[in-house]
Amino acid sequence: MSIEKEFRPKIVAFCCNWCSYAGADLAGSSRLAYPADVKIIRVPCSCRVNPMFILRAFQKGADGVIMCGCHPGDCHYSTGNYYARRRMTLLFSMLDYIGVENGRTRVEWVSAAEGVKFSTTMNEFVEKIHSLGENVRLEDLRCKN
Amino acid sequence: MQRIGVFVCHCGSNIAATVDVKKVVEMALLEPGVVHAEDYQYMCSEAGQAKILEAVKEKGLTGIVVCSCSPRMHEATFRKAAERAGVNPYMVEIANIREHCSWIHKDMEEATKKAVILARAAIAKVNLNAPLQPGESRVTKRALVIGGGIAGIQTAIDIADAGYEVDIVEKTPSIGGRMSQLDKTFPTLDCSACILTPKMVEASAHEKINIYTYSEVEKVTGFVGDFTVDIRKKARSVDMNKCTGCGVCQEKCPSKKAPSEFNRGLNTRSAIYTPFAQAIPNVPVIDRDACLKFKTGKCGLCEKVCQAGAIDYAQQDEIITEKYGAIVVATGFDTIKLDKYDEYAYSQSKDVITSLELERIMNAAGPTKGHLERLSDGKAPKEMVFIQCVGSRCADNRGKSYCSKICCMYTAKHAMLIRDKYPDVNVTVFYIDVRTPGKNFDEFYRRAVEEYGVNYIKGQVGKVAPLPNGKLLVQGADLIDNKQILKEADMVVLATAIEPDPSVRKIATMLTASIDTNNFLTEAHPKLRPVESPTAGVFLSGVCQGPKDIPETVAQAGAAAVKAIGLLAKDKLMTNPCTAKADELMCNGCSTCANVCPYGAITYEVKQVNDHGIREDRRIAVVNNALCQGCGACTVVCPSGAMDLQGFSNRQILAEVDAICR
Repeated sequence: MSIEKEFRPKIVAFCCNWCSYAGADLAGSSRLAYPADVKIIRVPCSCRVNPMFILRAFQKGADGVIMCGCHPGDCHYSTGNYYARRRMTLLFSMLDYIGVENGRTRVEWVSAAEGVKFSTTMNEFVEKIHSLGENVRLEDLRCKN
Repeated sequence: MQRIGVFVCHCGSNIAATVDVKKVVEMALLEPGVVHAEDYQYMCSEAGQAKILEAVKEKGLTGIVVCSCSPRMHEATFRKAAERAGVNPYMVEIANIREHCSWIHKDMEEATKKAVILARAAIAKVNLNAPLQPGESRVTKRALVIGGGIAGIQTAIDIADAGYEVDIVEKTPSIGGRMSQLDKTFPTLDCSACILTPKMVEASAHEKINIYTYSEVEKVTGFVGDFTVDIRKKARSVDMNKCTGCGVCQEKCPSKKAPSEFNRGLNTRSAIYTPFAQAIPNVPVIDRDACLKFKTGKCGLCEKVCQAGAIDYAQQDEIITEKYGAIVVATGFDTIKLDKYDEYAYSQSKDVITSLELERIMNAAGPTKGHLERLSDGKAPKEMVFIQCVGSRCADNRGKSYCSKICCMYTAKHAMLIRDKYPDVNVTVFYIDVRTPGKNFDEFYRRAVEEYGVNYIKGQVGKVAPLPNGKLLVQGADLIDNKQILKEADMVVLATAIEPDPSVRKIATMLTASIDTNNFLTEAHPKLRPVESPTAGVFLSGVCQGPKDIPETVAQAGAAAVKAIGLLAKDKLMTNPCTAKADELMCNGCSTCANVCPYGAITYEVKQVNDHGIREDRRIAVVNNALCQGCGACTVVCPSGAMDLQGFSNRQILAEVDAICR
């Protein structure tokens, strides 16, 4: 008899150092819970997120990738998030085309003062990934144990 | 291969209560490169740091991972510890297992699993870290203060007293700010102008302070220690060097219909004007929208009457470019617009006023020369109603969610002053809560109730309706007696919420200083760094950071000054070594990276490269480390993948991704 394992999604969150990472810290210090499935990678700016990182995450079995940055106009480096926004729009539409549904990718602007927003965004995102189930596209099955 | 030591912090019970730290240690030891792992009660303590030093000595560590609180908290601490141990500080990575793990998860197993993964990602990254050396940059020993209210004035005086040059940029024609509009101040009932104007004079007379009034910051480039700022000095139409401030032009000016900003639009002023009698500088400005000379070409009376020949209709805006080491934001506040609060009939009746308008009415230099009277008919009021929390502590999105902090106190002040000067006037205050924390504050409020007989009613007002007899019908609730109250009032005063001055948005964007959802500037740490912006070299003074009263504003202004002085006192700053770097063999000199660089840090040089034995001259991107701020924009656009960011390299981030998804 096989026991069906509970689906625990793998979710990678790229957070810019100045706004969203601090927002995540605020969510933490305010004890605003979100599922442990989300793991945060700190980058200096959302514009540092190379599409390659996101593709690699899906290749390695991530079920969802979210990128958070400062609100448009508030980028610590003035313009970084504008580049990121355009880049991700394009990348996500291409990913959707090859079967990585739009719901698995998300861009959200979270300021350093928005701990609540960070937490609710992550809760929503994890819920969405749950509804989409495991990601099979792009995953390199050779490295699956 | 690195020799990595992993140090897992309990943080008392903050981490250890939800994360099995022993398990994290055990799992970390299985990771490649890890030669040492241990846990300790408080890694940030002296003893905890000693453990790092010891392990480096014993095990010859080359890389360090600390699993603890956010790197925004203690990264600097552990980098310094590494340096003391003889390890390059940039060989340290932090796994954030407190804010991002133990504090938000309840299940121990789940949190432990996540902590292990976060540690794993940090270990994978450190394996690819390289030692980095910070560079140096110079510090321009001059500060800019944006805003010339009490916050800006105090900050400027404190910085200037320490011996540094300070420029104040104030957008209105005079310094003084909101405090200059107030009549009296709580809890001492000092006359506001009497305590403010000496400060204004001190600032303007200070040899180290230079004041640009009627000016705005237009552009900010550069970074901590070396900002370059463009200031637009708006055309005053009056030569500041020639004007003697005699005031004849203002008397003779035939156009006297412009609403007075200083008196909150309650009366009018001439087209050529100084906002108030004690204005500094005492040099008028021509309001070109109101001036007949500018509107019709006819008039020119002020030019004719000016003995000094100071009127200059042809004056143009001037852009001044100056360098600064530190910038202090002191942009202050305004009251919110009341268009969403029509139930209080503010737009329908002249006798419904804001508290700031009441300040002007009570002031001897105000529109009624200090007599308390109804603006509709000039009659003295007999019944006055004050409504608290208009737009403050608002649950819906009409107003502000926060408490404006100053209203309870100034309303007690107004009530007391009115009862003192006009004992036959009845004063009623509708409130949600009376909040009077502060030195001598609660005593002050109690005096209003006990000695002056002000009638405080706990409950909110639902509607104010103008009646045909000219009075105002106030409908409110008394929550203590649980009854509805209908009251006829002659005047209604609204304690209107305060909000950051609208100009702060543009300024925050220019400074890349972060701002919260209410437009208050964010401090670097809500408790430990309350006067610094997260953007290095930018400091916060006054209400731009959050609601405060005058004593708090002055205290914070001094604190911001000290922080700025601490920066200006340095001759050199260490620069962040996490800068971009181009691989000379892969770069093809296409210029894509330079186009996206917000700092102009990338230039091109022809260099001889040795490509697999072939020596040739190639055009190659060169990054100026003093200018590069390490955003990484160039790394992603580089078509050949030559550009990489030190400390956040492609390989490092991919290693983190791999470790998380493993």
